[in-house]
Amino acid sequence: MSVPKKTSAPVADRTRAEAGLPGRALPISRWIVTGIILLAIVLFFVIAGDDWFTIVNNTLIAAIAALALNVLSGYTGQVSLGLAFFMAIGAYTAALLGGTQPTGPLDSQGFALPWIIWLPAAGIVAALVGALVGPTALRLKGFYLGIVTLALVFIGQYLFINLRAVTGGPQGRTFPVPAIGSATFDQQNTFLGLALTSGQQYFLLILPILVLAALFVANVARTRAGRAFRAVRDHEIGAAMMGVNLFEVKMGAFVLSSFLAGIAGALFASYNSYVIPGYWDLTLSIQFIAAIIIGGVASIWGSLLGAAFVFGLPQVIDHFSLLPPPSGNGGLSSGDLNTLIYGALIILFLLFEPNGLIGLVGRFQRTLRASANEKEESSDPAEISDLPFSSNSH
Amino acid sequence: MAYFLQLVFAGIALGCIYALIGLGFSIIFKASEVINFAQGELLLVGAYIVSGGVFVWHLPFLLALVLGIAITVLIGLLFERFLLRRMLGRPPFTLLMMTIGLDIILLTSVIVIWGSQPLPAASPFGVSSGFNLGGVHFATNDLWTIGITVVLCALLFAFFRFTKYGLAMRATALDQEAALAVGINIRRVYALAWGMAAGIATLGGVFLAIGSFTITPTLGSIALLAFPAIILGGLDSVSGAVVGGLVIGLALDLTAGYESNLATVLGAGFHDIMPYLLMILVLLIRPYGLFGSRKVERI
Repeated sequence: MSVPKKTSAPVADRTRAEAGLPGRALPISRWIVTGIILLAIVLFFVIAGDDWFTIVNNTLIAAIAALALNVLSGYTGQVSLGLAFFMAIGAYTAALLGGTQPTGPLDSQGFALPWIIWLPAAGIVAALVGALVGPTALRLKGFYLGIVTLALVFIGQYLFINLRAVTGGPQGRTFPVPAIGSATFDQQNTFLGLALTSGQQYFLLILPILVLAALFVANVARTRAGRAFRAVRDHEIGAAMMGVNLFEVKMGAFVLSSFLAGIAGALFASYNSYVIPGYWDLTLSIQFIAAIIIGGVASIWGSLLGAAFVFGLPQVIDHFSLLPPPSGNGGLSSGDLNTLIYGALIILFLLFEPNGLIGLVGRFQRTLRASANEKEESSDPAEISDLPFSSNSH
Repeated sequence: MAYFLQLVFAGIALGCIYALIGLGFSIIFKASEVINFAQGELLLVGAYIVSGGVFVWHLPFLLALVLGIAITVLIGLLFERFLLRRMLGRPPFTLLMMTIGLDIILLTSVIVIWGSQPLPAASPFGVSSGFNLGGVHFATNDLWTIGITVVLCALLFAFFRFTKYGLAMRATALDQEAALAVGINIRRVYALAWGMAAGIATLGGVFLAIGSFTITPTLGSIALLAFPAIILGGLDSVSGAVVGGLVIGLALDLTAGYESNLATVLGAGFHDIMPYLLMILVLLIRPYGLFGSRKVERI
């Protein structure tokens, strides 16, 4: 078991404490960490400028999508390149339901419904599409599934470019903005005497959704369904023999993943207000795969860290970079440097730290704890992993 | 009728390119059960080196071609030896991601070195030369593509059928441990597979570039269309890759040729998804491809 996966059973906690792994045994440090995070959020909220809100809000949205992929690929082990497709379904559902009503024959369709309807609907429609595609896709295993989900992305591109009424065709369309009463989130508003910028309002919308999604996935992961997910990932036939209904479990993971992806897609489109169909392409899917690998496969915190690394960090580097913007004539631009770094990081993490950033954090914690408990316990902190560590390379 | 024949001819030529790319995929998959996502970018690197060699460094075409093949083979061998080999025995998803990492690095390197402006395609003959016969235009490039593919397939067939290493590769594909037990050097088999696939990728890249007159960094993504081709044929079947490639090429070209009749219904770019639709259809009926072997599960 890797560090971030928490099991609720008391027996597991005891063995974890014995093995020197973080479990429920140290609630005080957990409260301290929670406190520090809350403080950081409040501080950020008060001091950060608009640029930083753009970066952070996009990262938080990406974290929701990374969670979605982690449910399907990380916990359940089903290779999927189709995340971008389900994000797009969510985004266009939001656009259709929440967009402004067309005034001319060439305008995109929209029913101007409030966000409290279009945001959940984005998730639900994406989940329904997932349920529709699932039975076909999930008959297949491994690479076959991966490539069918790849096909989904390309079929999606074709549909989005041609369904002009909904997607605005190749030129794209505007997406609805959440509003409370007449206060739309794309401009400064005053709530209860507090003047909030657009970035702050979106932050207050996105962060709770991310927290809810993370709590939900965490709870699914440590209950019966989550154990079934992992059993299917680790050994399908073994899981089936223990009475796990393979189809049901895979469908469950697929639908939950699609739901979260739909929500993330709608939020992204809404926050960035204008998106072209070309955005929802294979590269986007691959970026999320990179995110969960760099952050940590089958881990909640891993999804957040990975999203920050793949979607947040490049923007930060761009912000401070001295390298020239891309010119088309070759030469190293900051964007290229980012891409090179993240390509290399995928390989390096896979080679040396298959549990991702969260694995590094866990290692660091263990080292700290080991030096603290040096005198009390002599049992060596056994490193147990789901994956065989480079057994062939030595 | 001439129009139809023209489409069929061009479709076969296109299919041969997909077959070449698909061969690369299935040789690697057969030997090591890895889907090489970087195949498209190996092809891109090869095509760029050949074009760069001819137009920037003013090398003769054949020398540039040899250089291109040598460098891509080297990249393939180094990647396999120093990165992928350390990961043997890890889940397929992990191995796939390794190749995606390589893919990203290669693509970005090409953009950094050559920029994203189109480069003219290097070719030993006029890129638009050819002759007409019965109303059908036979482009030199298409004829060469078909010819090279046929020759290469024959060579590969002979290699797998009659040589020691061909036998070793087939044995490894059948059962890795048993092959190891009878003394086959599996490492050499992997290296051979990667080298062959990378070399074939460069050939595919050169033909693909000539077919579109110029190369841009997006060329590698065309290789993604070889995925439906190999899935259609069955991932572990080398001849399946060729048949799959031809089917995809024909389907693509015929759809592209006739879709304008139905433009109001189909909209733009329907031919781009035709290979994927075909693939899904085949997978619905045969989940392991047309020529693939059904996997026997052991507990």
